[in-house]
Amino acid sequence: MLSPIRVYGILLRHFYLLKHSFSRWMDLIYWPTIDLLLWGFITLYLQRDSLNSLNFTSLFLGALILWNILVRAQQGLAVGFLEDIWARNLLHLFISPLTLIEYLLGLLIYSLFKALAASLIMSLLSVMIFDFNFLSQGLFIFHLTFALILFAWSVGLLTMAFILYFGQEAEILAWALALFFLPFSAVFYPLSALPSIFQKVASFVPTSYIFESFRHLLLQGKLYHHYLIKGYLLVGFYLITSSSLFVLAFRIAKRDGKLIKIGE
Amino acid sequence: MSSLLKVENLWKAFYNRWVLRNISFEIKPSDILGIIGPNGAGKSTLLYILLGIISPTKGKISYFGRDFYTNRSAILEKVGFASHYVGLPYSLTVEENLRVFARLYRVKDIDKTIDNLLETFKLKDKRKVLTRTLSSGEMMRLNLIRATLPQPKILLLDEPTAGLDPEFIQHVRIVLKEKAEKEALSIILTSHQLGELERIINKVLLLDRGEIKGYGSLKEVFQLFKVDNLEDLYFKVFKD
Repeated sequence: MLSPIRVYGILLRHFYLLKHSFSRWMDLIYWPTIDLLLWGFITLYLQRDSLNSLNFTSLFLGALILWNILVRAQQGLAVGFLEDIWARNLLHLFISPLTLIEYLLGLLIYSLFKALAASLIMSLLSVMIFDFNFLSQGLFIFHLTFALILFAWSVGLLTMAFILYFGQEAEILAWALALFFLPFSAVFYPLSALPSIFQKVASFVPTSYIFESFRHLLLQGKLYHHYLIKGYLLVGFYLITSSSLFVLAFRIAKRDGKLIKIGE
Repeated sequence: MSSLLKVENLWKAFYNRWVLRNISFEIKPSDILGIIGPNGAGKSTLLYILLGIISPTKGKISYFGRDFYTNRSAILEKVGFASHYVGLPYSLTVEENLRVFARLYRVKDIDKTIDNLLETFKLKDKRKVLTRTLSSGEMMRLNLIRATLPQPKILLLDEPTAGLDPEFIQHVRIVLKEKAEKEALSIILTSHQLGELERIINKVLLLDRGEIKGYGSLKEVFQLFKVDNLEDLYFKVFKD
């Protein structure tokens, strides 16, 4: 039976790690801040000379915050797993009564904290500096954010499955795999701006529907539900597939004794 | 007396090479079993299979009369492990590490349990220091604290006295023997320090290239191989 105390134990382990590490705090605060300032000022500059009345800055900053939520949630999961590999802690964790589900739940909650912290910092800065309130769209934004976080977790689980199967050589994927989806996600431009072959690929990428929904929401003030439903269905498919692959990789790792050796 | 641990016909292969063949043995309350064998005999693999972090190719393991694989979490709440080869995460303090593992084992009175164990294993003054600053002997003591944190019924120890000074080896031996006698704790341990091992174990399992060469009470095995100490037994069994 699932034990909330053990899930809390995993969460506690990562918060203790954060408590002692200046570089981890930097990672949490520094990059979202720099991203927002850099791209915020660039869009302000581009909009100044533009004849287009479209609120370019709002679109760009909103997309940037959403993309950061995805990246932080994915990295929170995958890097959290890597922290246990680097510390050779998987052995200690999985000879304890901790179940795989409890371990994953602990990491998922921690990644949620990281994503929310980053989005909060970026939202505050965007209101203060660029007069853009990311949360002004209310519940609609919640739907989009939730779908993005689920997708981020599926990418994180896929990364973890690769790391378990191929070893630490695959750890670069913790930072790189989400970026693979970036060109097809139509984060900063509409889907129609992509060449047709890229549009075909994008139709299999859930984030393309989510970011397209976001643009409609900001420009027209309403959510295109059919986009969102397609996005959620694809996210469900990715999540089931990546979870299954992770469980399979974990079983293979137990069979081959990799959980003892990984991190050496 | 019923078995605390029963291993039946256990086999393990890595990449089509057998590393354990047809291993069967059992542990009863207060048994202290020493697993002895040369490097590569399969001692650590056997311990890791008993902890569920390596899956066996075939065979059955039951703890407290229950199948290990269908009752994993409940069983592991009463099984402790410490190894000389694997330290706890370096970036946490001694106390933080113990607090995390206390939650994973659902320890009831965390503060009191940690206090008592830090006292028992003489690590109280290191409570607030980062684990990375511990010496190898102190790290082993911390591992022993982590292993005894859930008040286990069975303790699995991989080279528990490696890295410890003679005074502390004696202390650990006394503590473990006392727990075995008073709390009916059973212990399975591997060690290359045969003299030290002989002072603590009452059962022995001789393992060579994944096969059992002898198993029973220390007295029975000594009689079987016509020796009177563990070192002679080792050389008689493994030199041939």
